[in-house]
Amino acid sequence: MAKRAAPEVNAGSMADIAFLLLIFFLVTTTIEKDKGLLRSLPPIDDSEVEPPIIKQKNLFTVLINRRNQLLVEDEQMELKDLRQATIEFLDNGGGTNAEGASCDYCQGKRSPSSSDHPDKAIISMKHDRETSYEKYIDVQNELVAAYNFLREREATRLYKRYYPNEDKVYAAMLAEKEKNQFKKDEELNERIETIKKLYPLKLSEAEPDKN
Amino acid sequence: MSKFKKGGKSELPAISTASLPDIVFMLLFFFMVATVMRDSSLMIENRLPGADQVEKLKKDRTTFIYAGKPNSQYKQFGEEPRIQFNDAFISVEDVQASVLQAQADMNEELKSKIVVGLKVDKDTHAGLVSDIKQELRKANTLKVMYITNTKAE
Repeated sequence: MAKRAAPEVNAGSMADIAFLLLIFFLVTTTIEKDKGLLRSLPPIDDSEVEPPIIKQKNLFTVLINRRNQLLVEDEQMELKDLRQATIEFLDNGGGTNAEGASCDYCQGKRSPSSSDHPDKAIISMKHDRETSYEKYIDVQNELVAAYNFLREREATRLYKRYYPNEDKVYAAMLAEKEKNQFKKDEELNERIETIKKLYPLKLSEAEPDKN
Repeated sequence: MSKFKKGGKSELPAISTASLPDIVFMLLFFFMVATVMRDSSLMIENRLPGADQVEKLKKDRTTFIYAGKPNSQYKQFGEEPRIQFNDAFISVEDVQASVLQAQADMNEELKSKIVVGLKVDKDTHAGLVSDIKQELRKANTLKVMYITNTKAE
């Protein structure tokens, strides 16, 4: 009898097997989507050095009580007004910074009773232990939004010519940095640093009182 | 006597499904690469707060701490918000040790860049969060990310 060729393996069920695997992976895995607010905590400082005296006008106090009400600069405020109030405080530029330079890019009211310079302007935030985390994040978000607004404005003023088609220049710069995270773009990093330096994020959080 | 046979009726050939497995495998590999396994099962309620000024998280250098009320499966732990790390409830005092352990397990070059992601339920009181932050300061892991949902502006 002549030797018969081995019959071909039927690959018809291959698709079924692959579908099964596909559905398994679809069910057991999630697509990466975590985002959030990045913050640096202050290191623990045991040294006995007297903290520098900060003038009251350079301090923007935000308090949240246990009923989730906001007290900003000794006045009650709604959350929606916080962003604008913060922007006005940071952008005031009423005086000079430590080097004696006045803030030539600030567009604020230059009131002598508000902050001297964005370098000196400090936001101090304090909350109660019973404050809800949601409110806490809302307030943090508004404060970051104020910084982002000002940084965006400065980025548009300084670097719009490099990004003529972008509405949000600062966001575009950060996105570009994110995209090219494996090759260092010195020029871009320097620009981002410049913007950050114009409005440095100075947010201090006091520990809630133990009661 | 033509060379070309004239078929009686020309039937449409069946559509070949031979490439179907290839297509499905392609999808399969896409999902295997683009997604991650759900790692720790949550023992707490975890509805994240919303924010719009968010930054992306770098997964490779992040360790997560969860906090919130124990969910319906773990009712025996009571109503008070608790901290979950990996697969277990931990107390505030254990946060420092747990985070240092997670840091020790990391890649050498990422150890100094460790970020702690806080996934905290929005109904938790902020006092617990500040306790956690105090522990993190003791552990000298100072970069913190409050994980939030993205709100449309």
